[in-house]
Amino acid sequence: MLAAATPPLDMEIPYTAEARPDTGVYNAKIGLWLFLASEVMLFGALFSSYILLRVGSTDWPQGLLSVPIGALNTFVLIGSSITVVMSWLALKGNDFGKFRLYMGSTVLLALLFISIKSFEYHDKFTHYFVKLKDGTELTGHIEGKPFNWSLPKLKASANAPGEIAFHPDAPKRGEPVPDSPHETLRLPVEQIAKLESFGPWRNTYLAIYFTLSGLHALHVIGGILVMLYHWGAGHQLWRKSREQFTNRVEVTGLYWHFVELVWIFLFPVMYIL
Amino acid sequence: MQTAATAGIHETAHHDHHELSFVRKYIFSTDHKVVGVQYGITALLFMFLGYGLMALMRWQLAYPGKPIPVFGDLLLRVLGPDMATGGIMSPDLYNSFGAMHGTIMIFLAVVPLAAGAFANYLVPLQIGAPDMAFPKLNMMSYWVYFVGGAIMLASFFIPGGAAKSGWTSYSPLATVADLARQVDGQTLWLLGMVFLITSSLLGSVNIITTIIQLRAPGMNWMRLPFFVWAQLVTAFLLLLAFPPLEAAGIMQLMDNLFGTSFFLPTGLVVGGQMLDVSGGGSPLLWQHLFWFLAHPEVYVLILPAMGIVAEIIANNTRKQLFGYKSLVYASMALGFISFLVWAHHMYLTGMGTKISTFFQTTTMMISIPSVIILTSLFLSLWGGSIRFNTPMLFALAFLPMFGIGGLTGLPLGFSATDIHLHDTYYVIGHFHYVVAPGTIFALFAGVYYWFPKITGRTMNEFWGKVHFVLSLIFMNLIFMPMFIQGLEGMHRRMYDGGAAYSAAPDLAHGLATAIKLNVGISHAAWLLGLAQVPFIINFFWSIRNGRKVESDNPWQATTLEWQTPTPPPHGNFTRPPVVHRGPYEYSLPGRAKDFTPQNEPD
Repeated sequence: MLAAATPPLDMEIPYTAEARPDTGVYNAKIGLWLFLASEVMLFGALFSSYILLRVGSTDWPQGLLSVPIGALNTFVLIGSSITVVMSWLALKGNDFGKFRLYMGSTVLLALLFISIKSFEYHDKFTHYFVKLKDGTELTGHIEGKPFNWSLPKLKASANAPGEIAFHPDAPKRGEPVPDSPHETLRLPVEQIAKLESFGPWRNTYLAIYFTLSGLHALHVIGGILVMLYHWGAGHQLWRKSREQFTNRVEVTGLYWHFVELVWIFLFPVMYIL
Repeated sequence: MQTAATAGIHETAHHDHHELSFVRKYIFSTDHKVVGVQYGITALLFMFLGYGLMALMRWQLAYPGKPIPVFGDLLLRVLGPDMATGGIMSPDLYNSFGAMHGTIMIFLAVVPLAAGAFANYLVPLQIGAPDMAFPKLNMMSYWVYFVGGAIMLASFFIPGGAAKSGWTSYSPLATVADLARQVDGQTLWLLGMVFLITSSLLGSVNIITTIIQLRAPGMNWMRLPFFVWAQLVTAFLLLLAFPPLEAAGIMQLMDNLFGTSFFLPTGLVVGGQMLDVSGGGSPLLWQHLFWFLAHPEVYVLILPAMGIVAEIIANNTRKQLFGYKSLVYASMALGFISFLVWAHHMYLTGMGTKISTFFQTTTMMISIPSVIILTSLFLSLWGGSIRFNTPMLFALAFLPMFGIGGLTGLPLGFSATDIHLHDTYYVIGHFHYVVAPGTIFALFAGVYYWFPKITGRTMNEFWGKVHFVLSLIFMNLIFMPMFIQGLEGMHRRMYDGGAAYSAAPDLAHGLATAIKLNVGISHAAWLLGLAQVPFIINFFWSIRNGRKVESDNPWQATTLEWQTPTPPPHGNFTRPPVVHRGPYEYSLPGRAKDFTPQNEPD
């Protein structure tokens, strides 16, 4: 009589760690693959938009981004996706110390990627387009490399300069060379009709570039946070259930590979083509 | 000794579970049943609000330019003289109510009710699982939805009011509608949508994983109740169709906040002035991305409803569903083809006749699985000994109502006939027949049917029938005349309900009559609201005072949710269920009872 007639069902959710025999996977793996399917649709929609916008455009700017820097970043990400696999393998080999080493390196590489990316972003916001009232259009840099100026901002600021020192870009191949290249132009503010940096508003190419690469960067940052969590607080779960922790690192790795894969498409589309 | 010890452990476990604080048990709960009820109540409130917006708009349509009685004063006080001078609905307010009626009804009411509340509560129970696969994500899904809803509500009260470019938010209108403000109603709409999309992502991942991984032993794919199949297909639609809208939403947000030109073409003139943007964008792109979500969304609205109706019909005819496998395969086909029909909303955009022909073909194809499902449900009635209780009445009414909605869609699916009908009241009549007397009736049926499982008491049968008869009459009085208005060519977005047409010297007689129908429609709409009063009172009254159910299985049903205690405890089943048979084993010959539950051994 002491034994409860109907003991409450154990509230453990099944298959959180071990695989379900007939499907062959644990819950989180299916969950993550479904999440990635949804992510494919998200980035797929943006890449399709890129194609549609580019096909419909009359002139599509090229050569605005540095290929060597982009290539470097590609290798940084490829490196990180190797180390993330190594960290999982370390757990499979029951070596938590080695796991920390590789997971730590993945985080560092991801941070390096973000640093390089922000350097590239900063570069765009200090590159300017100027249209003068006489119709002349120029691109180049302003002396002192100010960040993201615009004409309304310039006019609104209290200590606005009367004129700006402007270094025009070197002419591209095929364009006529001006009489005095590398000359610093002094442009009076009242003669400027339009001033804007090469932000997303500049043209549709930059708009899709900032949107796609920004969304990708957010994914990288999300990955960094999760991986830092595994690196730091991971100890506790590792002690409690090695299998479950290893699974978590595995699905994190799957996610990280997806983030890397998106970049593999982004790099040629934005930098080379 | 050992037995005593085990019992002790169980007792502690039981004890712990009872010590959950109020907040963890009812507010931030991870129990799929609590999350389901939270979804349900929130969604019903939003549905009421969505109805309220429309009821006010119907005044403006019936009596254009006249102050709204009672509520006009309230609008003036809450939203300010810009929106409702002297209690008269301003054009801006009309536009924003129109946009928000659609947004609230679809994204905050019907989908959360169908794919949030019913799926959360019933799917784990029907497959014999203790909970969802990811209970914490489940909780998060509800709260992210809640935040999204709060943002949408807040947008009514910011300067300029809520979004006013339709629930479709077509660009460039959505971007230039409120150029003077950096953050306008549209910005909040987009932000709210990002939250709602995230919520639906979390929910759909959870539902699919649960169905794949947590089916009880013996619950193989062809033993799943049809409701579970419908929810599985729905979850896949939500998972794959929503992200493109999220992408589009991000791009429109960039257009609104950062001056990009994703959807703004070169040379766009607004208010007589060339818009100072880089241009080169494509308004068509927005429509493609939007409808890529929004057409599968139609099936998100209808599939759970079909699932609910199937369960109720099987139970109340006391026989197997006709063509269970056809139903399953048809719903899969429906889900798949629904990704290939989106541009039939865009015949008049000038996207080209070849593309129109393609989408016209796929649109005709998708009616095949829809007809298979509806036919199977109709044929399921044949030879049954039908019990006409309230849930069954709603489920039965769903069939012809959805039928009307579906059949009136055919002339819209042909690009030639669509030229005349596009953007008229005919379209409004068509999709409301699908969603209002269609899906919402099925949802009412579901509420009446599963109410005893959730509360342990039944809703009042008499008032349920009153609710049904009045709703059926007024729904038809609202939406049937809209077909006439639409066929006469009445445009769907007019603030004055067509009064401007009377300025035309040679106004067609038909159109003049069609405009007059506005008054009748509006009265029917308000009476429909009154017809919901019995439901609301019945619902709350029955929670405490309804007739207590005598057993855990008051409808004598076969599926697993009725084989649990009432209401089901945390963890659902007292013994892990083992499934031995299909979902609808009613009236098996040679048995004492006319139903054989799925977990009953041979």
